[in-house]
Amino acid sequence: MSAVRTSRDASPGRRLGHAVIIVLASVFLGVFLLLPLASVFVEAFRQGVHAYLVSLHQPEALAAIRLTLLVAAIAVPLNLVFGIAAAWAMTRFEFRGKAALGALIDLPFSVSPVISGLVYVLLFGAQGWFGPWLAAHGVKIIFAVPGLVLATIFITLPFVARELIPLMQAQGSEEEEAARVLGANGWQMFLRVTLPNIRWALLYGVLLCNARAMGEFGAVSVVSGHIRGLTTTMPLEVEMRYNEYDYVGAFAIASLLALLALLTLAVKTFLEWRYSDEIAAHAPGGH
Amino acid sequence: MRKRVLPGFGISLGYALAYLGLIVLLPLAALAWKASGIGLHGLFRLLESPRTLAALKLSFGGALLAALLNVFIGLLVAWALVRYRFPGRRLLDALIDLPFALPTAVAGIALTALYAPNGWLGRWVVPMGIQVAYAPLGVLLAMVFVGFPFVVRTLQPVLQSLERDVEEAAESLGATRRQTFLRVILPLLVPTLLTGFALALARAVGEYGSVIFIAGNIPMRSEIAPLLIVQKLEEFNYAGAAALGVVMLAFSFILLLLIAVLQRWSRRWAERAA
Amino acid sequence: MKIRSTLFAITGTLLAASAMARDVTLLNASYDPTRELYRAVNTAFAAQWKAQHGDTVTIQMSHGGSGKQARAVVDGLPADVITLALAYDIDAVADHGLLDKSWQQRLPDNSSPYTSTIVFLVRKGNPKGIHDWNDLIKPGVQVITPNPKTSGGARWNFLAAWGYALKQPGGNDAKAKAFVKTLFQHVPVLDTGARGATNTFAQRGIGDVLLAWENEALLARHEPDGDKFEIVVPSISILAEPPVAVVDKNVDARGTRQIAEAYLKFLYTPQAQEIEARNFYRPRSPTVAAEYAAQFPKVNTFTLAELFGTWRQTQAKFFADGGVFDQVGPGN
Repeated sequence: MSAVRTSRDASPGRRLGHAVIIVLASVFLGVFLLLPLASVFVEAFRQGVHAYLVSLHQPEALAAIRLTLLVAAIAVPLNLVFGIAAAWAMTRFEFRGKAALGALIDLPFSVSPVISGLVYVLLFGAQGWFGPWLAAHGVKIIFAVPGLVLATIFITLPFVARELIPLMQAQGSEEEEAARVLGANGWQMFLRVTLPNIRWALLYGVLLCNARAMGEFGAVSVVSGHIRGLTTTMPLEVEMRYNEYDYVGAFAIASLLALLALLTLAVKTFLEWRYSDEIAAHAPGGH
Repeated sequence: MRKRVLPGFGISLGYALAYLGLIVLLPLAALAWKASGIGLHGLFRLLESPRTLAALKLSFGGALLAALLNVFIGLLVAWALVRYRFPGRRLLDALIDLPFALPTAVAGIALTALYAPNGWLGRWVVPMGIQVAYAPLGVLLAMVFVGFPFVVRTLQPVLQSLERDVEEAAESLGATRRQTFLRVILPLLVPTLLTGFALALARAVGEYGSVIFIAGNIPMRSEIAPLLIVQKLEEFNYAGAAALGVVMLAFSFILLLLIAVLQRWSRRWAERAA
Repeated sequence: MKIRSTLFAITGTLLAASAMARDVTLLNASYDPTRELYRAVNTAFAAQWKAQHGDTVTIQMSHGGSGKQARAVVDGLPADVITLALAYDIDAVADHGLLDKSWQQRLPDNSSPYTSTIVFLVRKGNPKGIHDWNDLIKPGVQVITPNPKTSGGARWNFLAAWGYALKQPGGNDAKAKAFVKTLFQHVPVLDTGARGATNTFAQRGIGDVLLAWENEALLARHEPDGDKFEIVVPSISILAEPPVAVVDKNVDARGTRQIAEAYLKFLYTPQAQEIEARNFYRPRSPTVAAEYAAQFPKVNTFTLAELFGTWRQTQAKFFADGGVFDQVGPGN
């Protein structure tokens, strides 16, 4: 990665400038992100490691962890496919209404989680558009796993697309066009040219999507019904325990979510380090 | 207009539209349909209410301010993470996504605990007369928090791909650091910064979980619009809740559209500059 | 039943052991402060049912704000029974045809097996000298209460304050309105639920006095750091009657009416009344009440019916959109 090599010819003044930026960024991240994170762990371990482990090793906690993983495992791949399709259409073709499509992709971010849960209740709830039909056929969506998955898909829909679009825009389509001219069919072009070029952005998009999918609270809270052990995801379990004045338990689950986030980020960092040559080779640019 | 030598236009756009239609538009249509229940008169009454206006002002004003702050802080942080090697860089990089992963309720509780008068930070800032928790400033803090990763994460790949050569060329042509940054780098970054701004804004406008813990929720002062929606739901006033949701959505969509248009301009401008 | 068992399979909950016996599951949708209560009640009921019928009954709990729970049931949460903070929320469910509108006459005591009241929780030593409702509006006193729009308990708080003002010599609606308006000017934080308000008061150290359910205040006193607080009983307060009901439509669809009704009747038995008392709810049974008399402070109470009529009327007058609370709440 040529962009990150340190300047050999840095003057003292410039080095001071670097130091100021680094210190500012570190202090900000420390106070703003590290401190809340630290407070989560401090609260989680307030009564020692044993209490922490006991509070995690409960059927409700295990069920919440499983449910959270299941929901993410369904929602993330669906949004992955959507993200690639949307980014391809947005960055490789000109068409009318592109700006509107872009805004539409971002829209789920701006929909209040309260609303994004509510819309599915309006559709599939007992009083909703499809509610009576669903009830007559014994299909449960709201207050069951499908509702949780739908709300999670809605909330995390933009992530992969959003990560890919700027990159693919910056990369341009010359390489793909060249592949086509050289006789590659659509699939070959996608697998051999596009995918290698976007794989890192794709991975980041998936990681973000996954992190948010596991951490989503507001929308899921509306469609969950809060049936303990059945429809409570980890964030809901956190709230539930907090409301039971079980602070250690609440923060223990929260610390798991934070750990999951840190773990995915560690994976990302590891891949970057392991395959740094490859990433550099595929780095976009070259005019 | 680019010639369509590339395949997959129909299928990718078709799939994207169908997916968006099912996941986003159909539910939002149900919302609009429900909202239409209050009628035009009801809508005017809703928008006339000083309390609704105050809440919308706080939600949108706070989100705009938070997104702007995030652009500056995010640029600084992304720059430091991409351009420099320093101890702890990887750790800080890994932390960026924390606001995504931490459930918003946990973020709200953690931030409130930190900034409450008896909290780690609150015990220092409250005596200085700065009230963060249970005040509008707390709303802003939570909004900056939830939107923070967007700017950094959209900037990082682009900064990485920006070639050092461009800068070095500029510098070798006698440009100062400031000139290089303002004339060469910044124009290239503007479209991305706008993306980050739009995303951070969109995320902050509707934020509920983390804000309600720290806001204090006093009407006319620290009550956000999504909380009003919840209150209308508690009154079994689905139509009113949906209407307020639609109003928020319409505002957000207009803002996002404006940003998307700005972005296209800035991209052309950047291409011309390059 | 089929859906439920599928759900179990999908989420993989650890219920393999119970899959063999004839299982009955009940879903109880309740409000926030009853978590500890129903955990104990459910265990006792399951044991009794097993002894009498041989079936294993698993009672699933769903907790949340009272109004939110009512809405969830209206929107299709398959709750067999609802045990909420106030009767209006069950009325709202009945309005959507899920249970009979005369539900409140189906069980004794207005379908409220236990009662509670509203008391003050103050900091140790009562530094602000708070003894009655009018002390709450002294300069410099900060009062913590959740938002009556989103919290059932907060509605009882509001009505208790209103009733106090009304019952003062020369009290009338106008004076009560002025009193409550001043009171809410002393409220710095409006949490959405009772438990949130308790956390704000106890954990964050905000405010001088918390208006709380008596059962919540007693519970807070019995927490490990409970000696940081004291309970103050005002000269007069409201008798809060949290009601319970079987959701007809759901139990008929699931074939659980018999056990759901038995479950609610169980709440009135001496055994359950003791559990309720131990969880700081005031039992209806005079014998159990006498036994636990020492635990509950003496409170002079009025009922909703005496001062306000039905919950429907109360809701419309005070808490509906544009109602009294919108005129006197904070921010006005």
